[in-house]
Amino acid sequence: MPLLEIKNLTVSFDTAAGPFMAVQGIDLSIEPREVLAIVGESGSGKSVAMLAVMGLLPNTATVKADRMAFDGVDLLKLSPSERRKIVGKDISMIFQEPIASLNPCFTVGFQIEEVLRFHMGMDRAQRRARAIELMRLVGIADPEERLSSFPHQMSGGQCQRVMIAIAIACNPKLLIADEPTTALDVTIQKQILDLLVSLQAKYGMGLIMITHNMGVVAETADRVIVQYKGRKMEEADVLSLFESPKSNYTRALLSALPENAVGDRLPTVSDMMFEPAPSAVGAAS
Amino acid sequence: MSTTVLEGKNIVRDYHIGGGLFTGPRTVHAVKGVSFKVDKGKTLAIVGESGCGKSTLARIITLIDPATSGDLFIDGNKVDIAKGGLTKEMRRKVQIVFQNPYGSLNPRQKIGDVLGEPLLINTDKPAAERRDLAMKMLKKVGLGHEHYNRYPHMFSGGQRQRIAIARALMLNPSLLVLDEPVSALDLSVQAQVLNLLADLQDEFQLTYVFISHDLSVVRYIADDVMVMYFGEAVEYGSRDEVFADPKHSYTRTLFAATPRADVASIKARLAKKKAA
Repeated sequence: MPLLEIKNLTVSFDTAAGPFMAVQGIDLSIEPREVLAIVGESGSGKSVAMLAVMGLLPNTATVKADRMAFDGVDLLKLSPSERRKIVGKDISMIFQEPIASLNPCFTVGFQIEEVLRFHMGMDRAQRRARAIELMRLVGIADPEERLSSFPHQMSGGQCQRVMIAIAIACNPKLLIADEPTTALDVTIQKQILDLLVSLQAKYGMGLIMITHNMGVVAETADRVIVQYKGRKMEEADVLSLFESPKSNYTRALLSALPENAVGDRLPTVSDMMFEPAPSAVGAAS
Repeated sequence: MSTTVLEGKNIVRDYHIGGGLFTGPRTVHAVKGVSFKVDKGKTLAIVGESGCGKSTLARIITLIDPATSGDLFIDGNKVDIAKGGLTKEMRRKVQIVFQNPYGSLNPRQKIGDVLGEPLLINTDKPAAERRDLAMKMLKKVGLGHEHYNRYPHMFSGGQRQRIAIARALMLNPSLLVLDEPVSALDLSVQAQVLNLLADLQDEFQLTYVFISHDLSVVRYIADDVMVMYFGEAVEYGSRDEVFADPKHSYTRTLFAATPRADVASIKARLAKKKAA
């Protein structure tokens, strides 16, 4: 049974110019212990699709799907309070801006323990012990000391480690990482990716990596979905995607990588003809 | 025959941080004696992670900040803005393009005015001529006449970066400092902007100082590469030298950390995963 199964997901936003279809009929499934990468440029709907799974979209968004099931539970039929018991516990998510996603007013220790109190009902001593264990797990030195640090006292890489600690606090079955390394330096990016992949293997989580960086895909994923303007362009395992991309869009993306440059000019996506996606605006009118 | 456009000798920049009530003043050595030389029509790439002093160096080269010590030569003339001030002629010669095209354009200024402003301040060209030059420059960077009267919010990130490049080129500079010009852009847009930069370099014989942390972009665009680490240039040489045989351990760490997107390394990773 797939861990997460989505069929025909559409997300539209109400705008002054009519509904805007951010995601147009995406199918997606991920097995336990699998690393799935969703690749696309800004506006491809890759983050919005995952926010829909988490139930984190604003009121202006309309989410429709034929099926959206996590671990056999239909997410669409759950009440908000039932859903909150799953989100943050069995499915958790980390975001692009580590410093912005932590609350500046509370210590990181408080923010890690908050999840443990809400979802696991641990008492104070258990929470502290687990928080120290988690900090050690994500590779922060002196965890006892650092628990009382505020986010602004830590570097971007360390904040992202704290975010990962919060995300894995309740042993989730599925971890969604939305551009986890985009704001970080290359050397730190490498450390965070290695950490994510090793945690994924150690705890047998499913991991969804949302990224626009083909290098990150190549270094982490088992299977890849390529999205463009809210539609799925291609789905393949990582090796065949890089060896023999099927869709023109994937080919264009790969050849736009500077390391693949042939001669002086880089081919750009608009140089390549690909099937024009129907206009995203007003599709429902 | 080549002429040197930019030369720096032992550039140092210290920032003095005044003490507060409980802390004493201290000095941050942002750039610690860096030397470099760029010939006309060439590109020097400066690589390093955040906090290594690459943007401080960019500000010194662009004549925004003075160096604490060291000599900076532009077109063979020694420039020291801390002492001699800055002439309009010097302002014209060096221009900069910033990383974030959303932050570097005034949201209340039309594109035509964005492009005309450098001419208005630094030259005494009449309005009609400024307008003509701005129109021509829009064409050069791949935009159209219809964009002249629009505001920045009506453009995508890639288009805004084109506008920022156009603004930098309005005064016919000989040296263009590009501070992470493509790191905020999508992959396909990044390719377009890099192509544009290459075309403009050919056309105007521009000299670039290209600041980046993305090694694949640097490898594509640079002639010479300088790697900075904690304010020092730990590696400096031609692109092929640096990439083929990195000398300093930090450069090697940097290369090892860059994700590789080729089939061979994916195969190696998958094999390793299977074995584990």
